[in-house]
Amino acid sequence: MMVLITYDISFDDPGGQRRLRHIAKACLDYGVRVQYSVFECELDPAQWVVLKAKLLEIYNEDSDSLRFYMLGAKWRSKVEHHGAKKALDIFQDTLIL
Amino acid sequence: MKKLQNSLYITRQGAYLHKERETLVIEVEKEKAMQVPIHAIQAIYCFGNVMVSPFLMGFCGENGVHLAFFTEYGRFLGRLQGKQTGNVLLRQTQYKTAELKPESISRNIIAAKITNSRSVLYRHLRNHGENADVNQAIVQMSSSLRRLQKRDNLDSIRGIEGEAAAFYFGVFDQLILPSVGKGFEFNTRSRRPPLDRVNALLSFLYSVVGNDITAALQGVGLDPQMGFLHQTRPGRDSLAQDVLEEFRAWLVDRLVLSLINRKQIKANDFEIEVSGAVKLKDDARKTVLVALQNRKQETVKHPFLNEDVPIGLLPHVQALLLARHLRGDLAEYPPFVPR
Repeated sequence: MMVLITYDISFDDPGGQRRLRHIAKACLDYGVRVQYSVFECELDPAQWVVLKAKLLEIYNEDSDSLRFYMLGAKWRSKVEHHGAKKALDIFQDTLIL
Repeated sequence: MKKLQNSLYITRQGAYLHKERETLVIEVEKEKAMQVPIHAIQAIYCFGNVMVSPFLMGFCGENGVHLAFFTEYGRFLGRLQGKQTGNVLLRQTQYKTAELKPESISRNIIAAKITNSRSVLYRHLRNHGENADVNQAIVQMSSSLRRLQKRDNLDSIRGIEGEAAAFYFGVFDQLILPSVGKGFEFNTRSRRPPLDRVNALLSFLYSVVGNDITAALQGVGLDPQMGFLHQTRPGRDSLAQDVLEEFRAWLVDRLVLSLINRKQIKANDFEIEVSGAVKLKDDARKTVLVALQNRKQETVKHPFLNEDVPIGLLPHVQALLLARHLRGDLAEYPPFVPR
């Protein structure tokens, strides 16, 4: 299934930068960065449990916000892209370098 | 349900692959060129000078990710074998299928072969106008194709293959334009040794492409010697010959025709030995290989994956699809039939 993860991390307290970095890295482990604080992660349910637990451990409940959009397995019909930086579909695009 | 994972092909010389947390990072000239989560990747194929970090190798071994190395030109060098036992199961399935029910794969391959050969004839008609004999062959091949659907024993599948090949090669001579002059007459397919120039070209290219396919099969862990359609024989890459059937007409025959018709290869590019065997001279062989290499860099839309794939990687894609079929991820083996 596809989960779209977005976040807003507050820099008001000193740990903000660190949390932001850690959240971004955790998301990168499982997905593709489509915009600065937006990740598309294609996961199986077990991987999603792991990733979600990681993210909830890192973020600060009082100052940060995390949003998860569950797009399911048929997500391709629900996503449209316009403009620059077309995201990579890691399961379907031919990966040749 | 098991997810079909993706394969990564590294053809960029000097690329460096390493693991960073749970991601795979590809660096080219110290710049991050790509970063993807490892869980999306099933196989990594490295062509030529590609470096892989020891940690990534370890990870591949541990998790059953295929890691195989090829020369820049696609000859198989080796692959990383992890402690996983999946590979033995794949080969076991291959052997069992070859022994107990080779029919469905064989039939799919032959259907593709006939379709692709017929396309070569259609193409000639499109480019050079009507020709009654060629038309007739197309009709006969279409009828072979229809009869093939009902056959479920190997001998009659082979029989239909032979019959369709006879129709096809029966008019092959007419695909060579009269303007190329003498020396390129083609009567019948002859091999071991090829007895005319056209046959010499065909044989040479079939064997080159056959080697590419052997390499690709080894890359996914299949045994290239155990075939479905072709009988096993010591020293023969039967499975590679099976997969080659899909590519003969579309890749090789068309290339041979254009080399001759565009006069890139001339009658004096061959030498005739005392035995009657016709051989390509060294310089001409180079011309042929360059033409093949150029063709391999063009991309085509793969009809099953619906993706643009460089022609040179098609054998790898087909090998992977075959492995997936044998593993049970795909109900049927989809042979390569370009649109």
